[in-house]
Amino acid sequence: MTQTDASPETTGEGRPRTTGSPAGVRTRRPDRATAGAGRLAALLVSPTLLVLTVVVLYPTLMALKESLYGPKGLDPATGFISDTEPFVGLRNYAEIFGEAGARFWNAFWNTTFFTVVTVGLETVTGVAMALIMHRAFRGRALVRAGILVPWAVPTAISGLLWRWIFNSDGVANALLGQQILWTTEGFHAKAAVIVAEVWKTAPFIGLLVLAGLQVIPKEVYEAARMDGARPVRQFWHITLPLVKPALLVAVLFRCMDALRMFDLPYILVGAQKHSVETLSMLAQNEAANVRFGPASAYAVILFLYVFLIALAFVRLLGTDLVGGGGRGRRGFLRRGEVTA
Amino acid sequence: MTAITAKWRNGLVYAGVVAVVAYCLAPFYWMLVSSLRRTGDIFDTTLVPSPLSFENYRAVFDPAQGFGRALLNSLVVAGITTVLALLLATFTAYAMARLEFRFKRLILTLIIATSMFPVVSIVVPLLKLFTDIGWINTYQAMIVPSMSFALPLAVWNLTTFFRQMPDELEHAAMVDGCTRGQAFRKVIVPLAAPGIFTTAIITFIAAWNEFLIALSMTNKPGMQTATVAISKFTGATTYETPFGSQMAAGVLVTVPLVVMVLLFQRRIVAGLTAGAAK
Repeated sequence: MTQTDASPETTGEGRPRTTGSPAGVRTRRPDRATAGAGRLAALLVSPTLLVLTVVVLYPTLMALKESLYGPKGLDPATGFISDTEPFVGLRNYAEIFGEAGARFWNAFWNTTFFTVVTVGLETVTGVAMALIMHRAFRGRALVRAGILVPWAVPTAISGLLWRWIFNSDGVANALLGQQILWTTEGFHAKAAVIVAEVWKTAPFIGLLVLAGLQVIPKEVYEAARMDGARPVRQFWHITLPLVKPALLVAVLFRCMDALRMFDLPYILVGAQKHSVETLSMLAQNEAANVRFGPASAYAVILFLYVFLIALAFVRLLGTDLVGGGGRGRRGFLRRGEVTA
Repeated sequence: MTAITAKWRNGLVYAGVVAVVAYCLAPFYWMLVSSLRRTGDIFDTTLVPSPLSFENYRAVFDPAQGFGRALLNSLVVAGITTVLALLLATFTAYAMARLEFRFKRLILTLIIATSMFPVVSIVVPLLKLFTDIGWINTYQAMIVPSMSFALPLAVWNLTTFFRQMPDELEHAAMVDGCTRGQAFRKVIVPLAAPGIFTTAIITFIAAWNEFLIALSMTNKPGMQTATVAISKFTGATTYETPFGSQMAAGVLVTVPLVVMVLLFQRRIVAGLTAGAAK
């Protein structure tokens, strides 16, 4: 997120960059950084930055401020409910370690648990799907269209759909021959959320990994075969390292998305359910009950959590988000825009 | 490798392909099948509804549910969000792909970083602000926060599309006497139309699927978007969840997206995987 390494692009003196990739991947030759280009760029970029400042930066700062205020209480002098919220300093944060803390830590662990488990399962399933699709030569368009269907289904709708499947008299129990009350409190509620989430997002990872697989030259595999490498070895030593950059970015985006999970548990199981309440749900619930102080504190903590994980990805794993850095132009994959 | 093992291997691959497609489509198919059952048969587990019934679809469009209005709300919110985001993003993405300027990489990173932002972090403060200025239950209260994810998404996508277009196009136009602005308007935008179109679809789907913002910013049924309205469908009695009409409404909300995806799958996949494939 905060890559500060000065690539040739960012050093004001623009010398025409020589392309590093052999196959003419980088055909563009950026114009020199002249004063004119700078002015034009400022003109073109500033509306976007302005809008993002208003809709993202400003609310974030507001949340930060709001998290330092408590709920409106009775004014001891007049006995009426005061119209201003009292300043409470860091109390909203401190309470996490106090009585209100149990609900927060539960939400925190749920969020973390869902993120680790769903992203892990998605990655394995997605990679497996990609390997299968890569082998298939006929019907690829059909497969690709089929795989896009879970991506296109709104998360809210998939929540309802899986709520129906996991109904006590629903098809999941019919298939399993069990009578599990999936959508009530308990570990099975977590399992239901995980199954639904993996269904919706694994195909997407599959699609991204497939794109990565398709650019690995066949010669690499031929050479490996000549040297006597078995398929399993080929996978670990050729396929995985070569799709790793693409996979890492996909996993990063999926993590960011899973950390803010809201719609699916909210609809599949319900609000204020201990087993599945995530940080997003907790913050939204507090805000909807006009407890803006704690809500903002939770939102700020979630934001910091997301930020730290993204930072860890970029720093520790060297995930290249933007592309166009030292490694040619590839480098980003988009999350499946399942924010909603 | 003998012919027989090759055949076996091939068979295995296609069995895998069938499994993948079945995995992706089965739940969706179940939604479709359930929506076509009569209320009395809703707990049937046959793969084909018999008898076929459109009862649930009629229930969805019962004026009391106000589902038509919810669809319209979704269309307005997602439509305006998409148009605004694309309008701003086209210019920004062009600058990102074509111009050299200070802090470009930093700015692009920041824009992309905002798309990873937890939406709830902006919903909480904006909910308070919009309550104070009386924006609750308005379209702008849903459109403005939606820009926080739609705009970075559009900039992201379009930047890749513009980067893929050869510079020579503009250089030729500029040699022929166009200014940079004219080259952009008359050469780049028309040629980038497929990319802009794909970005519009992806952005629209993202905005159409949004739930948290629409849920928080509305409390009047008449202003709810389709995703929120469905989640609040009520049955004849409070104790009975109207699964049939929920599934029917789910199909109605999803089918336009699925049709779009099927028609433009090649382009959408190209858009979504642009970075990975190059």
